[in-house]
Amino acid sequence: MEFAGFRSRLERLGGTVTSQVWRIGFASRFLVYLVLHSGTALRRFRLTVAQVYFAGVLSLVIILVSGLFVGMVLALQGYETLQRFGASESLGVLVALSLVRELGPVVAGLLFASRAGSAITAEIGLMKATEQISAMEMMAVDPIARVVAPRFWGGVISMPLLAALFSAAGIFGGYLVGVQLIGVDAGAFWSQMQAAVDVRNDILNGVIKSLVFGIAVTWISVFEGYDAIPTAEGVSRATTRTVVTSSLAILALDFVLTALMFTGGNH
Amino acid sequence: MPIVEIKNVSFGYDPARPVLRDINLAIAPGAVVGIMGQSGCGKTTLLRIIMGAYLPSRGEARVLGRATSSLDTAALYEMRRRMGMLFQFGALFTDMSVYENVAFPLREHCRLPASLEHDLVMLKLQAVGLRGAAHLMPTELSGGMARRVALARSIALDPQLILYDEPFTGLDPISFGVIVRLIRSLNDLLGATSIIVTHDVQEALDVVDYVYFMAGGRVIAEGRPDDIRSSPEPFVNQFVNGRPDGPVPFHYTAPAYAADLELA
Repeated sequence: MEFAGFRSRLERLGGTVTSQVWRIGFASRFLVYLVLHSGTALRRFRLTVAQVYFAGVLSLVIILVSGLFVGMVLALQGYETLQRFGASESLGVLVALSLVRELGPVVAGLLFASRAGSAITAEIGLMKATEQISAMEMMAVDPIARVVAPRFWGGVISMPLLAALFSAAGIFGGYLVGVQLIGVDAGAFWSQMQAAVDVRNDILNGVIKSLVFGIAVTWISVFEGYDAIPTAEGVSRATTRTVVTSSLAILALDFVLTALMFTGGNH
Repeated sequence: MPIVEIKNVSFGYDPARPVLRDINLAIAPGAVVGIMGQSGCGKTTLLRIIMGAYLPSRGEARVLGRATSSLDTAALYEMRRRMGMLFQFGALFTDMSVYENVAFPLREHCRLPASLEHDLVMLKLQAVGLRGAAHLMPTELSGGMARRVALARSIALDPQLILYDEPFTGLDPISFGVIVRLIRSLNDLLGATSIIVTHDVQEALDVVDYVYFMAGGRVIAEGRPDDIRSSPEPFVNQFVNGRPDGPVPFHYTAPAYAADLELA
């Protein structure tokens, strides 16, 4: 009895693992097919630009406002700590490095997943549920090339730009609180920042991070939408999975990328 | 030569329980043919076999002169460019206007000057009576109008074969009449062949030239509409006349009523 129960639990675990591995394989083949069939999205670039508008431009408000507040909080907290060591002049460096290296890509990625990623999944899932995808196939138009690829590239292009804008808004927020409100010297704030932030080590690495997050989030979003069960419940589950999986992927990838970039001798 | 020829086709997702069993049909050019039967009898699956979305497990499906199982993706798409399909609820692209929906197949497959594209779209919309609705979005259309726009879109490339999946579902009587009339007139004007999959038997019998009647994955009767109306086959008779009881029982299989109420 005991053994039978253990065995059935083991079988269930094995079943879950196998189906997840199968799904990852399917998603990978989907990505390869998608990249190979991106001709339409690149040739008729207007299709991709429209998706940059939906994924990128329409996410601007949430990205800029969040960036501003994150920068303001960073300045408040940072000043509190720095002044204990008499280093409050370095506030600019602290705010800028935190944003450019970590918070910009990560928080913008998380916001991008919940604002644009969920929208992409829901849109593709609903197109499937209302037979628009089938209709396209019947008109001899490949839906992956026509619908999925432009959304994928639109997201991949948007994400690094959004992360950069998030960091810029954050630095401005840090300036408002640090210099205007608390009274840190403006010259020290900007000049120390300029001297300490390195283009390759800090900015380029941040851009690479945001690009990787953009690929991961948009890949998950389009795949979940395309793979959604074509019912109201199926689309809602797919949308939830997009946000959860994307967020976890961003945090895990961030750890891996940080470990590769900021340790072990490139400083 | 038939435009669609289905020879001894069987199909099943699970080989032990086939959805289609040994289907044979041949559809002549120019005809409007109905495939009728109850929900779940396999008629939509048969339509998907004709579209080339599914391949027969056994037998052969020849569409527009070629066996669907011999086609690669490029050849399948080439075949579909010569087919039009009207989905049950139209399946219009909700992010595009009526005009853009009808222009979609033209833009994807032909490089036309804008003025020619405009004329073609207007021609197709005029055919379904909705030229004035060109600027509307699909959400602003009634169910019947959406179906007509979808019909205009499916004939945009002047197909040789038009497929209709339950084209009458949920339409008011006027829209119903319009769709019935359009199916016939577009078929004859374009010199196309049409296949209508439906369970709205009475209305469909008025428009089709020939009927295949399906039940349980088989073709159980075929003939001209009058033959079907007077068919001696009990199932067809029950279906065409909408009788609540007959070969398809009113009661779902259950234990004895008295036993269920604990009277016996």
